[in-house]
Amino acid sequence: MFLQQLVTGISVGGIYALLATGYSLIYSLLDFSNWAHGEFAMVGAYVAIVFSTFVNIPFLPAALLGIAGGALISYGCEKVTYRRIRRNGAPNMFLMIAAMGLSNMFQQAANLIFSGQYRSYPFKLPVSTIKIGTAYIGVLDIISLVITAVVIVILVYLINKTQFGLNVRAISCNAYAAKVLGVKVDKSIAQVFLLAGGLAGVAGILYGMKYNVFPTMGNVGLKAFIASVIGGLGSVPGAIVGAIILGILETLVSGYISSSLRDLFSFTLLIVLLLVKPSGLFGVDVQDKA
Amino acid sequence: MSNENIPVLEMQNVEKHFGGVHAIDNFSLKLEKGQIHGLIGPNGAGKTTIFNNITGIYAPDSGKILLNGQDITGSKPYKVAQLGIGRTFQNIRLFSNLSVLDNVVIASNLDASYNLPQAFFKTRKYKEREKFLAEKAIDLLDVVGLADKVNEKASSLPYGHQRKLEIARAMALDPKLLLLDEPAAGMNEEESLDLVNFVHQIRERFDITILMIEHHMDVVTGLCDFCTVLNFGKTIATGTPAEVKSNPEVIKAYLGGAD
Amino acid sequence: MLEFLNDINAQFCGFLGINSYMQGVIVMVCINVIAVLGMSILTGFTRLFSFGNAGFMSIGAYTAAILTVEFNVNFLIAIVLGAFFAGLIAYLLGSITLRLKGDYFLITCLGFGECVRVLFNYTKDITGGSAGYPGIPNYSNMLFCVVCVVLAFFLAWRLIHSKYGRNLTAIRENELAAEAVGVDAFRFKRMSFTVSAIYAGWAGALYAGYLMYIVPSSFNLAKSCELITTTVIGGLGSLTGSVLGAVIVTVLPEIFRSLSNYRMLIYSFAVIVIIMFKPSGLYGYREFSIKRFCRGVKKYFFLAVNFFRNFGRKKVTEAGEEESNK
Repeated sequence: MFLQQLVTGISVGGIYALLATGYSLIYSLLDFSNWAHGEFAMVGAYVAIVFSTFVNIPFLPAALLGIAGGALISYGCEKVTYRRIRRNGAPNMFLMIAAMGLSNMFQQAANLIFSGQYRSYPFKLPVSTIKIGTAYIGVLDIISLVITAVVIVILVYLINKTQFGLNVRAISCNAYAAKVLGVKVDKSIAQVFLLAGGLAGVAGILYGMKYNVFPTMGNVGLKAFIASVIGGLGSVPGAIVGAIILGILETLVSGYISSSLRDLFSFTLLIVLLLVKPSGLFGVDVQDKA
Repeated sequence: MSNENIPVLEMQNVEKHFGGVHAIDNFSLKLEKGQIHGLIGPNGAGKTTIFNNITGIYAPDSGKILLNGQDITGSKPYKVAQLGIGRTFQNIRLFSNLSVLDNVVIASNLDASYNLPQAFFKTRKYKEREKFLAEKAIDLLDVVGLADKVNEKASSLPYGHQRKLEIARAMALDPKLLLLDEPAAGMNEEESLDLVNFVHQIRERFDITILMIEHHMDVVTGLCDFCTVLNFGKTIATGTPAEVKSNPEVIKAYLGGAD
Repeated sequence: MLEFLNDINAQFCGFLGINSYMQGVIVMVCINVIAVLGMSILTGFTRLFSFGNAGFMSIGAYTAAILTVEFNVNFLIAIVLGAFFAGLIAYLLGSITLRLKGDYFLITCLGFGECVRVLFNYTKDITGGSAGYPGIPNYSNMLFCVVCVVLAFFLAWRLIHSKYGRNLTAIRENELAAEAVGVDAFRFKRMSFTVSAIYAGWAGALYAGYLMYIVPSSFNLAKSCELITTTVIGGLGSLTGSVLGAVIVTVLPEIFRSLSNYRMLIYSFAVIVIIMFKPSGLYGYREFSIKRFCRGVKKYFFLAVNFFRNFGRKKVTEAGEEESNK
């Protein structure tokens, strides 16, 4: 029983991690939590639905198109909205408000276009379980876990071993210095949005396979936001750890206490943690310079 | 003042590290009443860090800071301001969207000794205090020559005026000590000369002690009674501007530090 | 007392010919105006951002509801206690969380709002859980709500235009500089947070008395978002703008019924456009003044007059070709 819960928890945490790393990447560059990130996942999931059910192409290419959709919508938001607000020299709160507006707008639009109903992929899901010891573990959980792990390994590779990753890390240390040294800051930011949107797309499709696709599924972004705060805003490893912790906690609370109290426990954990470590587990405390 | 020989500001062996960097290393300073004291040194010498330690933005790792004999080490910034240290910032920090008048009035809010119900009902006390604040602010703006701009938005002022407004705002605290962080930054020779006269005026009129960071040597020579030269957090020379200028250590720091 | 007030309200509305549908719209406008005023003080004047205000609304609503139903408390006292209790909770929460920076503070607010909702859902014995809490006396009649709005606006106005409001705007403009001129930023932020919660609680208490039946899910995250949206549309840093914003946001969907499905879509879009192009919103950093209004009307009036005059003249010149050289 416990092992089973643990695996489910980690697999849910993995989905959160895909989104939470997006939050962290963007936060590390812009000091801004992209509230609309969960909606990018929702858009990705719906694009996959459109192609797999309405256009009738096989699930795998449809899923890839869904990921591309998530990436593009994220890129578009940065290009059209966020970049302009940054150029205005507006305080970060305005970016946050715009993100909230985008999030509401996508949610409402999805609701109007696809109506509120739950949709599932035509792809036959393996509902079977594998017996390990005394525990029955869902095949879907394992598939989701493997995909997540592969994607995150690719992400870590991109950040640590490529020129792109180097640019991103440089900007997050000191955007101004990076710019002076010839890093194309805006281009790198746009690339990060593209990457984060793609990750969100993967998360959206995995989430949709598990819980169906519906207009308010973007609220899972909230969970990822919590995860990235637990891990420390702007820290990618922190986001992954935070997401796994949150996933396990949620599954255990739902399993052993009450599923209706799940969010209460997550938020209490969050608030208590922030009281002890005001910048999360891996966050750096930055001081305002006079 | 009951006791004339207590220095306005005294810093005793103050140290501050950031990671492994000694931003200020065993720094001591005494400011007598009415003095203008200059802090000079190359970039990164720790001048602004000293200001931030005095005003409570950072707490020093060790050492003591006394204001008129009162220990203010590690006090919160607002507390330090209330105790009578006004400051300006290297990169001007005004309340940009507020009017020139409001910028100054906010700084004298300590004089607004009314409470919430009195504000709700606009009692006589409220009106009196508000009138007093506005008059005081206009007086101050008059001194700095901005009296005709009270209703303009602070961010719409030209650069030189913004510097002056920042000084007027700091003066509204009725400070015992004024900290000026590079008041002449970005000014040409003529403007700098103007500033020298202006700071002299302020000292005469308010009988105040001033500690300033400055790069322009003419401003320092024109204004400061004494100055302290810093390099890499260490004090390398103190004395009158003339003495300091001829100090070989200082010349080395400035010329040698350039490459 | 309640019957007496309802009686006066009925007579008043009868006299002015306001039907019950209109009364309902006006009550909803009043409730939203009060909640948005609180949000405006917090976001517009202090530049703090809270996703928890719907939570404070629900605290006010449930406090007032339980007090009137279970304990037969006079509704006026129940409303005051509801608002006070919301404020108290905000004060305690703020004491802990306002020391956190930026987004960390934000997420605790959001978490608080969600926790409150989950708790109200869970404590079925006291609150009726997700089935709702019925039987609240109908104390929020139109006249009473209008009086509340006037009072709320008056208090907010006086607060903002005193040293307290000035300190808040100083924090908004530049926190470091505000501290450097002796403003205890933490204390004033907490004050702002508390006041905003009191307003939210007040609005919630009126909401309970109007619907006579409350469920936790009406105070969800979407409600908090709606409050922020309205505040932004009205204009950050303007109380009159906030009132105007709340009126527009509440009344428009009633006028354009066919568009009401699209209302949040349109508002969200409006928020994005406003933040991109005119972040100060309808009335940012300025208050509505009769003088400016008159000046504006005069300006446009003359523009219009001139337009029509020229319009006429053009026709004449075309016909006569005589005046064109003059």
